Amino acid sequence: MALFLIVFLPLLSSLIVGFFGKKLNLMLSHIFSCIMIIIPFFLSLYFLKLSLSGSYNLVVPLFEWLNSGDLITEWSLRLDLLTSVMLVVVTSVSSLVHIYSIGYMSHDPHQTRFFAYLSFFTFAMLILVTSNNFLQLFFGWEGVGLASYLLIGFWHKKDSANSAAMKAFVVNRVGDFGFLIGLAILFFHTSSLDFDTIFSMNEQLSSNNFSIFNIDFNVLNTACFFLFMGAMGKSAQLFLHTWLPDAMEGPTPVSALIHAATMVTAGIFLVARCSPLFEMSQSILSFIIVVGASTAFFAATVALVQNDIKRIVAYSTCSQLGYMFVALGSGAYQIAIFHLFTHAFFKALLFLGSGSVIHAVSDEQDIRKMGGLYKLIPFTWIVMLIGTLGLTGAPLMSGYYSKDGIIEAAFVSQTEGHLYAFYLLVFSALLTSFYSWRLIFLTFNGKSNISTEIFSKIHESPRVMLFPLVILSILTIFSGIYFADYFMSHDYQFLWQSSIYLSENNHVIESIHYVPKWVKYSPLVMMILGLITASIFYLIYPNIPKFLSTQFNFLYRFLLNKWYFDEIYELIFVKNISKFGNFLSNFGDKRVIDGLGPDGISIRVMDIAKQISRIQTGYIYHYAFAMLIGLMIFITYFFVRV
Amino acid sequence: MIIELGHYLILSSMLFTIGVIGVFLNRKNVIIILMSLELILLSISINLVAFSAFLNDSVGQIFSLFILTVAAGEAAIGLAILVVYFRNVGNIEVDKINKMSG
Amino acid sequence: MFPAILFYIFSATIILSALMVIFSKDPINSVLFLIFSFVNAAGIFLLAGAEFLALILVIVYVGAVAVLFLFVIMMLDFNIENIKKETKKFLPLGLFIGAILFLEISLMIYTPEIFSNEFRIIGKSYISNLSNTEILGNLIYTDYFLQFQLAGFILLVAMIGAIVLTLRHRDYVRRQNISNQINRESKASIELVDIKLNDRANNDN
Repeated sequence: MALFLIVFLPLLSSLIVGFFGKKLNLMLSHIFSCIMIIIPFFLSLYFLKLSLSGSYNLVVPLFEWLNSGDLITEWSLRLDLLTSVMLVVVTSVSSLVHIYSIGYMSHDPHQTRFFAYLSFFTFAMLILVTSNNFLQLFFGWEGVGLASYLLIGFWHKKDSANSAAMKAFVVNRVGDFGFLIGLAILFFHTSSLDFDTIFSMNEQLSSNNFSIFNIDFNVLNTACFFLFMGAMGKSAQLFLHTWLPDAMEGPTPVSALIHAATMVTAGIFLVARCSPLFEMSQSILSFIIVVGASTAFFAATVALVQNDIKRIVAYSTCSQLGYMFVALGSGAYQIAIFHLFTHAFFKALLFLGSGSVIHAVSDEQDIRKMGGLYKLIPFTWIVMLIGTLGLTGAPLMSGYYSKDGIIEAAFVSQTEGHLYAFYLLVFSALLTSFYSWRLIFLTFNGKSNISTEIFSKIHESPRVMLFPLVILSILTIFSGIYFADYFMSHDYQFLWQSSIYLSENNHVIESIHYVPKWVKYSPLVMMILGLITASIFYLIYPNIPKFLSTQFNFLYRFLLNKWYFDEIYELIFVKNISKFGNFLSNFGDKRVIDGLGPDGISIRVMDIAKQISRIQTGYIYHYAFAMLIGLMIFITYFFVRV
Repeated sequence: MIIELGHYLILSSMLFTIGVIGVFLNRKNVIIILMSLELILLSISINLVAFSAFLNDSVGQIFSLFILTVAAGEAAIGLAILVVYFRNVGNIEVDKINKMSG
Repeated sequence: MFPAILFYIFSATIILSALMVIFSKDPINSVLFLIFSFVNAAGIFLLAGAEFLALILVIVYVGAVAVLFLFVIMMLDFNIENIKKETKKFLPLGLFIGAILFLEISLMIYTPEIFSNEFRIIGKSYISNLSNTEILGNLIYTDYFLQFQLAGFILLVAMIGAIVLTLRHRDYVRRQNISNQINRESKASIELVDIKLNDRANNDN
């Protein structure tokens, strides 16, 4: 029952606020929607406590959905440790974002729509994590994609927001296409879409082959590859990442909720949930590790030179997702979930903090136009510092445990390509530290580049916006220490048995405690190096960045333009597809189908009718003549017949 | 020479044909059309009377009487319409009556 | 013998006048030729023994309908020049169609017998005490009186129709509005005035 409430209260709130929000008192709808998320949050905490104290699994069937031949699916909610962790992540960040949005969107005339969309997104994400079969998961998957589209394009009068929303949806769709193919392969070979059924058949699937065009493919490898393609789309991994920076067109709370904490982690959740399948296909795990590491490296390099505060944080998210995928590929699923858990908090903190900064400088987002803010908005400065410390992995903060865990797991993993991932991740840690501190120094320290009129209006954010920042800071600082053991320590692995499957060769979780010392300290060293370099570049000798960017101009522009991915995609895919689409629409649809069909027939009918109507001359003697001729034809006919 | 039914019928059909030709062959005068109609009706009357004489049944003549009545009424109305038309248009040329062309 | 010759004369004249009705230039001539056809048709009827109908033809058709045609032609001011111009474009086609029509009708009614002796009309003898008029009267007012009444209605409707179509109210013609006359009130039409008698009334002025 409580599980049902967790999932469906946000839906109720979304419907009520969406349809009746305008008529209700504004404050009432705010409080109503926040409460509808906070209640699930406390219930999720309760479930997490239950799951952590002993193995607690639950399946709540709701009602039957499809019953057609072999395909029998039903709506049911599933609870195990993986789910309860995700529930806590989703509901906590969602409720904090709701509270924050009360303040951030207070000047917006369409707030009720915003809250309705936020609650709808929460509902879809909760359906996704509590699903017990692939179809329901896909429903949640699509639901969050839809909510993301609606929320990115929230200010729909802006052209750039509309295009960004479209781009997000379309790139996601490419991933979803892969996801559906994976589902189809799984269904074809197992005749079911239930998790339990499919997971119990994982050995069979890995030994089966199917052939297309006389090439043999392993069933499980192919299915996992396509499922991972869906995860790549949703979590913005290397080739399907182009939508994430543009998604910053949406309001900052949206970026915090969707593109930091929840939607982009759906891909991670998918792979973790399907661990029985992925554990059996080592080749796909190597693929995941390579893609994840490359993404982490790529995003970190691009974030070095970006100038928009939200874009930096977005690329940081992309990079951290790469880290999580490396963890999944190494076989350390729990660590990936742990990093998801901690990352949600400090990334949401960073996003909401940047939102506070943007709010303070009257909606300016370029960090080159900021500076010297630390005395004016000290509270925001402190929370941003805490977030950055968490992100870069300062000791005892949450990021320290999870990120270092990933790097160690990459070192000891059995998966092929793990060393490539390890070295890239270590280097990316250096880059992460550099760009995070660059953000802080350029925004809050140094010479101030703010224009005088904005300067006079700088103010700290209202309390309703600061309160979530406080909560998130606390979570950032303490969640690592408190929860690390549950995720990474050997003693608690029994809790994960029902949610995550580990093959017999997978001893990663134990091995990470026995890594060499240099491996253990390398992330810390990288972090300190990055801090020192950033302070040199931006605090002590501020001319160095400019000098470097002019010296290595090509490299600088290459990074600034995101490795020219957008341009390459535009050239290869977008131009050709839109040409093809135009061709189909103009020639195929308009000329052929419409020409043979409705338009053509109507024009022909009108032509013929016009020709026939020329018989109606208006002269009566013509009509009489025609009658006479008709009469004679009749007479002749009867005459000849008889 | 004995006049048989055939002669009357041939006569009647000739008149009928002439009346029909008169309806659509003239381009100059609407009244000719009305007169041709009278000719057609006359030919029918001849036909009926011929058969009535042949079959020794007076019904043909009675029918012919009614045809006469109807012809008179129709000529009256036709001429009334013609008068009104002439008042509005000013001439009665058949060539110019094409307002109802489609 | 004699009736046959008369029949041929009458029929030739009818055909010729009918052709002249169509092809004559002057509408008055057309009407006169039409009258001539009617008269000849009356003659043919007489030969067939339908004397009542023949004379009714003359009285009604010639006396009323054709005269009506004449009145209309004479009273309306046609542009005779335009009427006299005619185009001979469609003449061959029309004649051809007419010839075909005639041919077909003839072929339909043709059996060798209709020219045989049993089909004779003129010279057929039937003995009857009653005249043609009486025979017709016996039939019309007994068996066919309904059609007779309907014919009367048709004539009524034609009369009303003709009047309705052509009636024009002219402004300068005064009419009586009887209902206004009857509904006149005394108050609106009579006004009582006191007249002062002046002194000269007693004098003889």
